[in-house]
Amino acid sequence: MKEIVIISGKGGTGKTSLVASFAALAEAPVIVDCDVDASDLHLIMDPVTLKSEEFKGGKLARVRTGHCTACGKCEEVCRYDAVFFDGPGNGRVSRTFRIDPAACEGCGVCHWFCDYQAIAFEERIGGRWFISDTRHGPMLHALMSPGAENSGKLVSLLRMKAKELAKAKNREVILIDGSPGIGCPVIASITGADHVVIVTEPTPSGVHDFRRAADLAAFFHITACTVVNKWDLNRELTELIKEEADHRGIVFAGTIAYDNIVTEAQLSKKSIVEYTQGGIARQVRDIWTRLGQTMTRNQP
Amino acid sequence: MTQNQENLLIAVASGKGGTGKTTFATNLAWTLSGDSDRVIYMDCDVEEPNGHLFLNPEWSAAREVKVGIPIVDQDRCIHCGKCGRICRFNAIADLGTRVMTFHDLCHSCGGCMLVCPVQAITEQWNPIGMIRRGHSGALSVIQGELNIGHPTSPPVIREVKAEASGTGIRIIDCPPGTSCPVMESVKGSDFVLLVTESTPFGLFDLRMMVEMLGLLKLKLGVAINRKGLGDRSVYQFCEQRQIPVLMELEDDRKIAEAYSRGELAVVSFPHLKERFRKLMQAVLKRIRT
Repeated sequence: MKEIVIISGKGGTGKTSLVASFAALAEAPVIVDCDVDASDLHLIMDPVTLKSEEFKGGKLARVRTGHCTACGKCEEVCRYDAVFFDGPGNGRVSRTFRIDPAACEGCGVCHWFCDYQAIAFEERIGGRWFISDTRHGPMLHALMSPGAENSGKLVSLLRMKAKELAKAKNREVILIDGSPGIGCPVIASITGADHVVIVTEPTPSGVHDFRRAADLAAFFHITACTVVNKWDLNRELTELIKEEADHRGIVFAGTIAYDNIVTEAQLSKKSIVEYTQGGIARQVRDIWTRLGQTMTRNQP
Repeated sequence: MTQNQENLLIAVASGKGGTGKTTFATNLAWTLSGDSDRVIYMDCDVEEPNGHLFLNPEWSAAREVKVGIPIVDQDRCIHCGKCGRICRFNAIADLGTRVMTFHDLCHSCGGCMLVCPVQAITEQWNPIGMIRRGHSGALSVIQGELNIGHPTSPPVIREVKAEASGTGIRIIDCPPGTSCPVMESVKGSDFVLLVTESTPFGLFDLRMMVEMLGLLKLKLGVAINRKGLGDRSVYQFCEQRQIPVLMELEDDRKIAEAYSRGELAVVSFPHLKERFRKLMQAVLKRIRT
């Protein structure tokens, strides 16, 4: 079983569109949308949900106004500026403390140190996760509650469930749509994976973020390939990325031209290779073939 | 130049990545810096800070961002186990004979240190990123950058915002997504400008973002990038939710090519300056009502 994670560093370089095409091209994949912040893959895959479960996204502190004596201990111990002295009065004190749920880190330190049991520490709902069926195979995905914490934990959960499913259904490939950036959800989606595919574009941001994504893959000792989307936007920078990939020992898996047909495919809820045959669809097919060859070559 | 006594914090965000946050934030900040004093561009997309690639600032100061992680004096420890019990992140565990720490899991809440009855835990300050300050013409630039391999960006974002405190017009370039780094970036802003494109992906992510901002009760408006691409769904959504569409930028390969050469749109296409000025006027009107 192999886990292939598509990441990009920079957002909007075409990760999700590419994953949808790979899902159509792969033989019996399990598909995972680990971009839990902007989970768009379902818009193409059209999943039929078989199972849906709640994701507990950690805890949240809340002042029980009636019990608060305004002693200020919570404000003193909080390191996240989440405590404010502007809660309503309660008969004994004219103002109470209040915790901003958006700033609360869920560490529970205020709850622990409050001498008056005035701080509740409750489970917050982080979102829901789903096992679904799609035309290309089973899919794991999630819907985070807006502003939820712990996206890394949710990503790890999705990957674990995908592995279980792949084992049970004898599927060899797990295709993972990652998130932009280099932070916690990205780290959670690549650690321990077999291959990372970095999708970038020939722009200063694309180059800059390709380097950071490549550094991240190297940091976690994961073999990487790269794809340049919209390559013809700037040929010099495409060449630069190619050279740099060679230099870093990253397989350059191919290029895709700048083409608004990607959006047309998206509007018709199809992947590029399902929507069209020639042009960029052929380029995407070539990339998939090259990735397959690279992965076989790198087999332990 | 007009003397600007105003203190405004405007966040430029989007759920989906690559819709043009940095394009809007840099061009808006650059345009405004030609018209008023004390305009600050703040790059809070600390995982992938890209604003400097277009603004080319001259850096004048840099400092590290550090977070405290626990160091346990094993000889002093009495193995009461309280540190392991208070920690919500499994970053410290008392095994009876020694205390183990897992620094990657630590959120630096300081709980273990506070709860230890024998002061066996102290903090070591580890660097997780950088803050840089500089100038690009009249524009002040503050950038945060998260170190590769460190998972949590909010402490770096908090430092960018602390560095930019004071008066002036401050434009925040936010990270993509809807989770904690975005919350940290938009928190306390007077207005959030959501940059999107009218495509199915753009719409889905915009909706997530609008829900999140609703929780924070922040004023918001939408800017549509790559106008002409996709369908009308984002416009319909904005109409239904009564969210103002404050600016549109055409889907023009020439703009994309200028971007690919690291050029600011308002520098390559000066007529766009007026559009960003109008955008700012529209934002100001919304803030004041």
